[in-house]
Parts: sequence; structure tokens; C-alpha cells
Amino acid sequence: MTSPAGSPALPDGIIAVVRSTCPTCDLVVPVLHALSEAGCDIHVLVQDDPGFVSPLPAQLDRDLSLSYHAGIDSVPTLLRIMDGVEQDRCVGWDRASWESFTGIPGLGPGLPDYQPGCGSQHLEPRFLTELEDRFGAARLRARGVVTPEELDVTEFLFDQGWSDGLPLVPPSPSRVLRMLEGCSREPDEVLGELPPAWHPCTVEKVAINAVMAGCRPEYLPVVIAAVEAACDPAFNLHGVLCTLMAVGPAVIVNGPIGRAIGMNSGMNALGQGNRANLTIGRALQLTIRNVGGGRPGGTDRACLGTPAKLSFCFAEDEETATWEPISVARGLPTGVSAVTLVAVEGPHTIADPHSRTAASLARSFAAALRNVVHPKHVLCWDALLIVSPEHRRLFAAEGWSRTDLERELERLLLLPTDEVLRDPDGWQEGMPRASGPGPAPVWHPDLPLFAPLSAGQQVPKFRPGGVLIVQAGGAAGPLSMVASGWVNGTIGNRPVTREIIG
Amino acid sequence: MNRHPILMDPTHEAEAGRLPLAARPPDLRGRTVGLLDISKPQGDRFLDHLEALLQAQAVMVARFRKPTFTRPMPADLRREIAERCDLVIEALAD
Repeated sequence: MTSPAGSPALPDGIIAVVRSTCPTCDLVVPVLHALSEAGCDIHVLVQDDPGFVSPLPAQLDRDLSLSYHAGIDSVPTLLRIMDGVEQDRCVGWDRASWESFTGIPGLGPGLPDYQPGCGSQHLEPRFLTELEDRFGAARLRARGVVTPEELDVTEFLFDQGWSDGLPLVPPSPSRVLRMLEGCSREPDEVLGELPPAWHPCTVEKVAINAVMAGCRPEYLPVVIAAVEAACDPAFNLHGVLCTLMAVGPAVIVNGPIGRAIGMNSGMNALGQGNRANLTIGRALQLTIRNVGGGRPGGTDRACLGTPAKLSFCFAEDEETATWEPISVARGLPTGVSAVTLVAVEGPHTIADPHSRTAASLARSFAAALRNVVHPKHVLCWDALLIVSPEHRRLFAAEGWSRTDLERELERLLLLPTDEVLRDPDGWQEGMPRASGPGPAPVWHPDLPLFAPLSAGQQVPKFRPGGVLIVQAGGAAGPLSMVASGWVNGTIGNRPVTREIIG
Repeated sequence: MNRHPILMDPTHEAEAGRLPLAARPPDLRGRTVGLLDISKPQGDRFLDHLEALLQAQAVMVARFRKPTFTRPMPADLRREIAERCDLVIEALAD
């Protein structure tokens, strides 16, 4: 390994890196003496006790920076340095290797032929964190920003404009490097271009924002998949940002990773208190803000916004599931971890403790869905329906599939156009009147927003598939939720499902 | 953490170049004014009024329309406006 420019230089010759607390290093001290006596150009670098190989002279790697820059994994390690550049290395005690490496036979008589070493001292977290904070920025592509001495770090982070309004975890090099260990992807891999600034978004930039959001490294693959979904032109993040509407990307997680990282799909799944749920959603929003440049008052033109734009992320309930996971319904194989990104506002409750039949409960759902964005708007907006376990039991008892519920909702939400047309002399909001009689429009991707309607017809509230039905919530509670969505079709967006790749 | 901690930049790091405002013409005589409708409802009504006012002053007007307000303007349309117009007025509406 070549030491990076500017790192402390090691002398030419053979360098033996050892620590006094390592039994294998203790074992090889006589061998180091023998090598020196045999005329070998050997230098000893000790990680702790400079007298460890006495009377042989030794250099103390006081701050362990030499070991860090040389990339020592374990001790003892022999390095061959020529003109300041490493040529070769030999790790642990292995008589044959040491003899070959030094060219001196008969080393360590009486020693075992082989004994593995111990971990390099600099890899202990108490040392490594400080070393990576001092030197780790060089291993990253992003610009390092020095916090001025007189400023509090938390305040400095706010001052940079990187925050969503809440305090951030400082993205130190050590934290970013730890975060990147949470996935197997290369830090410089470009995941896509994030609007509105349309800048390439790398794995490393996502990792930095995930640190700031408070993610653990094992959450990173989920955040990356969410960013990939947000970059998909079908999601139209540019429009989701610049709309006056209150929508933001909600992240729905399926598959084994949700359980592995401790996501909440049950009680209070959409609320506070679960680190994975909250920080993954926040990391996506921070990435959009900092890499995409989507900021409130800038390209984000939301009239009122929604608290859900801080973070809206949960796992679908697959333990008490009534229906197949939404990722499977949307085409991915069973057992594959996935995110589904959907543009919605914050949700609100549909309480129905009295329905005892699936058909009755479907009527409550339809009534709530009728009000999505506005009760007189049709074929304009999508919606998200989150069904609780208690409500799902009613459907399960009568054998209703998700498709059965979708079809019943479509039937119940076929509305008389007379109820949704604008009335210039009364309720003036609603759908525009067509100039003459004609059938109600059939939804297609290029249907204009607020397509004119004729009186005396029937029109569906939603496009086919416009209501995404997912499963979540605690075991107790006859309560489901609906979240209003955004524009569909060519001018709008549609949900995007992406496999999570570790 | 160190006394002067280094923090990794979470932004795209691309410096947005500061573009100077174009020079303002002293008047609109002999100029072509582009009127850009972003396809928001009723934006055309606002632009119709503007067009009438401009034509009353014998100003040449060219009308343009984005396919949708929810996506960025196509590059071809941006180029066409730049080539044909001296000024452009964009209408937001609802």
C-alpha cells in the first residue's frame, strides 16, 4: 500500500510494527533481536511501549498515525519500504514467510511455525474515530468543511443551511466512513440526478446526509433505495417539490430488512419513537434538500406543507399481513426487500368501530377517500390507504383480497357528475362543465387536470390503481388512515418501487 | 471530537454561477416579447390580457406554452424562446 501524500513517512528498510500487549509480538521479540544481529536493516515501530524491544531501539507510533496511514490490520506486521513506498508486507508470525521476507534462515528456533497476530491498536474505536476525524476526509470525495473554533458545531450546522430545522448529527469523516460500511456499494457510484438542481447524487453524499439525519449504518441501503426511487422520472420529484400542494415522498419498506433494522410496522408505526422509521425518512428529505437543492421558499413552493415532509417512513406490516406485501403486488418477488415511494400528505384517521361486514367498512373507506384533496375533485389525485390489523380482520373473515377491496372502492367512488361540477351560483369549486353533452372521460395518462365533465354522467373519483392500499398499525384499534396524494398521469407522478440492495 | 472538527459537505458542491441580469431595453418598440404559459389553469387568461396591452402599444408578441407546469421546460422550447424573443414574461396562475 502506498501511503497517501502528506502522510507521515516511514524509513526505508524493513519495518516491524508491534505492540506490547500482543502475545504474538511478545513471541517474536527474540526474532527481531536476531534479525538485527544478523545485519538486517530492520526498524521497529511500537504502538504503545517504546521499551518493548529493548535494548533494540524502537520508534513509538505515539498517535498511531503511522499505523493508520500504513493500513496495518494486525500486529506483528513486517513492511518493506523503498523510497518511502511500501513494496511488500508479511502479517503475523509465520516462520517460512518471515525467512523468505528477510532472506535470513533459521529464525525463531523453538517457536511454533505459525501464530496469528492481534488487531492493530489504532483499529480500537477509541483511537480510530479520532484518526479518521483527523485524516479520513482524504478517503472521501466530498469537500471537508472546518468548523471555526469560536462556533458551536450544532449552530454551525444550522448556519450552513444544511438542516431541515432540527439539529443535525455532525457528519464527521469517521461517522461518514462508518456509515459507508453499511452497504457494499462504491461511495462514488452515482444513483441518479436529483431535481430540482439535477446534480448527480452519489452513495457518499447519501451517506453524509444519512449521518446528519441520525441513521445507523445498517439503514443506509434503505435510504439509497429511496433516493434511487426519488430519481426515477416516473416519480417526478421536480413536480412533487415545486407544487403548491403539501405532498412529500413517503417511504414504505417491505421485506426482511425492515425487521432486521428494527423498523416499526405496528403500534404507532406512523408516529414518533422509532429511530429507523424517523431517520430514514429524514435522510431522504435531507438528501433532496442538500444534493437536489429542494428547499422551502426556493423550488419547494408548498403553500402550507405538512409535518410529514420532515420524515414519513414506515415498514408495511408483514407479520399480521392479510394481503401480499405491496412490493409483491407491484411486481417484486416475495422475500425481496424493497422501498415504495409515494407522494402524499400527512395521513388522517378513518374511525369505524361498528362495521361488522367488509362491505360496510369499505363504505367508510370510500367516504374518507371521497374527500381526498377536495370532495368535488375527480380523476385528479391519487391516495394512500393504510389499513389496520383490526380492520383487515373484517376483510380476511370474508376472504376479500386487496384487489377485491380496490374494486369495491372503485364501485363506491363512481360519482354522479352533478355532485362534482362547479356551480357558479352556489358551491363554486368543482370540476369544470363541458361545453355540451357527452360521456364522462375515461382516465388516461394525458387526461388534463380538471378535465371538463358533462352533467348527468358518472365519473370515478380515482384513476384505476390510484389508491395504494398498504397494511400497518397496532393490533388494537378500529382505525385506518388515508393520506391524500398528488397529481397522476403524465403531468404528475406515480408510486415507484425499488429493490433494496445491501 | 477535535477542537476544529472537519465536517463532510452534504451538498452537491456545485457553485451556482451568479448570472447578471440582462440589460433592460429603454422601451419595447421593435422588440419581441415572449409570453410563456406554464399550463397552469387560467394562466392563458392573464397572458391574453397582457398580449392585448402589448399589441395596443404595437409590440410584437410571441406565445409559448410548456407541456406541463410540473416538469422543467423542454430544452428545445427554451432555445426557441431565446432565439425569437428579446424579453419573456412567464405566467403563474391557478
